[in-house]
Amino acid sequence: MISAGIVTVSYIAATILFILALGGLSNQETARRGNWYGIAGMAIALLATVLGVVTQHYALLLGALVIGGSVGLVLARRVQMTQMPELVAILHSLVGLAAVAVGFASFMDETKTYVGIEETIHNIEIYVGILIGAVTFSGSVIAFGKLSGRIGGKPLLLPARHWLNLILLLAAIWYGREFAIHAAGGGGGMFPLAIMTVIALAFGIHMVMAIGGADMPVVVSMLNSYSGWAASATGFMLSNDLLIVTGALVGSSGAILSYIMCRAMNRKFLNVIAGGFGTGGGSTAGGGEEDGEIVAIEAVETAELLAGAKQVMIVPGYGMAVAQAQHTVYEIVKTLRAKKVDVRFGIHPVAGRMPGHMNVLLAEAKVPYDIVFEMDEINEDFPDVDVSVVIGANDIVNPSAQEVPDSPIAGMPVLEVWKGATTIVLKRSMATGYAGVQNPLFFKDNTRMLFGDAKDSLDSVLKAL
Amino acid sequence: MRIGVPGETAPGEKRVATTPDVAEQLIKLGFEVSVEAGAGESASYSDSAYRNAGCDVVSNDSELWKSADIILKVRAPDASETALLRREQTLISFVWPGQNAELLATLTESGATVMAMDSVPRISRAQKMDALSSMANIGGYRAVVEAAQHFGRFFTGQITAAGKIPPAKVLVIGAGVAGLAAIGTAKSMGAIVRAFDTRPEVKEQVESMDAEFLMLDFDDEDGAGEGGYAKVMSEEFIKAEMALFAEQAKDVDIIITTALIPGKPAPRLITAEMVESMKDGSVIVDLAAEQGGNCELTEPNRVAVKHGVSIIGYTDLPSRLAAQSSQLYATNLKHLLTDLTPEKDGQIVVDMEDEVIRGATICKDGETTWPPPAPKLSAAPPKPADEAPPPPKEEDKRSPFGPLIAMGLGGLALLGLGAVAPPSFMAHFTVFVLACFVGYMVIWNVTPALHTPLMSVTNAISSIIVIGALVQISSDNDVIKWIAAFTILITAVNIAGGFAVTRRMLEMFRK
Repeated sequence: MISAGIVTVSYIAATILFILALGGLSNQETARRGNWYGIAGMAIALLATVLGVVTQHYALLLGALVIGGSVGLVLARRVQMTQMPELVAILHSLVGLAAVAVGFASFMDETKTYVGIEETIHNIEIYVGILIGAVTFSGSVIAFGKLSGRIGGKPLLLPARHWLNLILLLAAIWYGREFAIHAAGGGGGMFPLAIMTVIALAFGIHMVMAIGGADMPVVVSMLNSYSGWAASATGFMLSNDLLIVTGALVGSSGAILSYIMCRAMNRKFLNVIAGGFGTGGGSTAGGGEEDGEIVAIEAVETAELLAGAKQVMIVPGYGMAVAQAQHTVYEIVKTLRAKKVDVRFGIHPVAGRMPGHMNVLLAEAKVPYDIVFEMDEINEDFPDVDVSVVIGANDIVNPSAQEVPDSPIAGMPVLEVWKGATTIVLKRSMATGYAGVQNPLFFKDNTRMLFGDAKDSLDSVLKAL
Repeated sequence: MRIGVPGETAPGEKRVATTPDVAEQLIKLGFEVSVEAGAGESASYSDSAYRNAGCDVVSNDSELWKSADIILKVRAPDASETALLRREQTLISFVWPGQNAELLATLTESGATVMAMDSVPRISRAQKMDALSSMANIGGYRAVVEAAQHFGRFFTGQITAAGKIPPAKVLVIGAGVAGLAAIGTAKSMGAIVRAFDTRPEVKEQVESMDAEFLMLDFDDEDGAGEGGYAKVMSEEFIKAEMALFAEQAKDVDIIITTALIPGKPAPRLITAEMVESMKDGSVIVDLAAEQGGNCELTEPNRVAVKHGVSIIGYTDLPSRLAAQSSQLYATNLKHLLTDLTPEKDGQIVVDMEDEVIRGATICKDGETTWPPPAPKLSAAPPKPADEAPPPPKEEDKRSPFGPLIAMGLGGLALLGLGAVAPPSFMAHFTVFVLACFVGYMVIWNVTPALHTPLMSVTNAISSIIVIGALVQISSDNDVIKWIAAFTILITAVNIAGGFAVTRRMLEMFRK
């Protein structure tokens, strides 16, 4: 209906809008506008393609769009903020699945013919697109399972798993060659392609199964990155610049996020992917950890401490998400602020199971974001803090990261809560964190433990206030 | 079980082992409580107050001892009391078994279970029953009050119409619980407070009370002994210390000494010459008077005036604040009894596996169980010298050529690609590389708080892959058509879901 030129211009507009959408996220004020840019870009791209490229089967197309869209909207409305990581993971898997489907469809499409090197390149593009798509799909499904608790959080460590990965990789390359040779004459090649897809699926499963729960933020952002590369590869396959650009944007975004998460844990990206971290399983790794006396505290005393403090720092962790305690936390904050207590939040980059997880939860509870600080902003303020409240966090406040050079988490940046006057740790039990490292913070003289479910404990603290 | 609280027999002892408030809580633990008539009189707790709290007030001392299963006392029992002690009874009081070997032997012989409040181990968990600390706290406070009584001037400095009043200068030696309490009290009365201690780790505590910590210019000798107490120091150290005191004595108005080493006579810190060098009207309060005194001229239990300096040697400072110290001591006892009655049914269980209870129990079933095995953990922080030096920062070992080599390899790979790939591919490739860079630049600006929305929005826009399906759906091949339709369906989920959930999240971020 519209000319190819108009379609291309629309694609350029969509590209620019997508870049603006990501740029808008640089701060909270412009972020909402950024989201609208993204929606507009998507709408323009869809419209231009439907009007300019599609020639038949409109009803089917519309039906799929409407049904899929409504399912998506319902999901988005229903999801609880604590379940965000699962939702993001399962949505990633859809992108991966789509890339696989588009790749197979493109391979079966015989109306477009290439010759010579162009045909080889096209075939390789299909192959790579499906490969990345399949890894993204199966990896995301496993990540979803782990995050939602359907699959245990412990890393699954097969013997000789590095060799297994290597064999899978080599097999994928070998079948890629087979595929290129068979598909060259037109027809054939379906078999190696299918085998490779199975290999890629297995690889995705194995990769995520081997990664411990504490590394989930890295995995989620890595899969985010993969879904982008899958889109990009599809763009090459279809010679579509819009897909290439958008895929590259998403891919680099995910890659940077993974890098930021790795740096926040002082881990090398490859180590995370190779998996196996968090194998300690409750043993006191790090050698000769003190297991001294811990001092328990009651909710009433906690309330007194908080009410008597001038500066309070709250350090939330995954435990707050599990207990859904964010609303109670904010009620306490409001009460304290009314009593002229200066309350702030200190957020570690890898707190929770997804980058920025804690910020989202606090935002859900309507905590104003100008009292929520990143680790680097507030870490130097702890000596002035009267009471720090650690809610269901462990490794991110573990002093052995700084004090014990051979600790598995040595060198990881941590929130230095122990430098404050008093630290109150809310915890369900004395179990170790995901890193399986004993936390000497709990045994410090100025640490008090408030055992129990975070929400129940905080409810009674709120009552006592 | 029945708890009996007899009146204290020691002359001048005004404290009582339980107060009406605490007795009420003991009854809640399932105990019955008998109090000797008039036991709390001198601490201002009347018999009727005890009665109102639910206690039986017994006028006959021996009857009380006979009926009670647990005896709570402040001071160690005297000869007439040990005679009343029976095998099945439990006695909890101060005993000082280290100093009173004879008493310990008599108590062991009686076959009763005796727990000494002075032997409760000094570990964090037992802080709530650490009666020594709570008594020391009161002693420190009272020491300042006694000093003020005998000091002829204000503590705080003032400038009045009638002239300027300089603030009093107070030196506190030994910054344990008593010392810190004295520092806080003197400080709040407005004096200039200095403090000295052989254990360097208390410097921080002293400074947190806003007092000045006097440092000896002396290399690493740490005075911290086992259980957070001080230990005997080397000769040179003591010499340097004495020089410091001599110098301070000329300057300060009030000296409060609290230096004690467990199981040893109190160290002599203030000599007669130092006392002589002090200004007339100055005051020394010697909290170590009972153990021989930190000051050479201290006379226990009285105020001696020597060289114009009042030297206060009272050994009963906590008893001089009887209501307060009874209340704290009773609370300490209650905490111990709470630990002893895990079922809260008024039946005590002396669990010798429990470190605290084991430590406090000095004799049981006719056997002496004192001294207990050494406590597991010292309250003192590790010495600075033991702290591992910060691990040396991993030097960036990559040679400056690393990036160059990578770049060269990358360039070669690109050249190879360019040599074989057709121009149409290279055009797309250019776009791809540029887009990666744009993404790189844009994403670094995203604020960390918005990383989750970033992921959901990038997820939504990565569904642009739907374009591929849209291109394919017009195919005449039915298989392709249906695959494309399926792809459109799932990507539509993603588009709508991703954008909607991002919007929902961003709506929540507000100032």
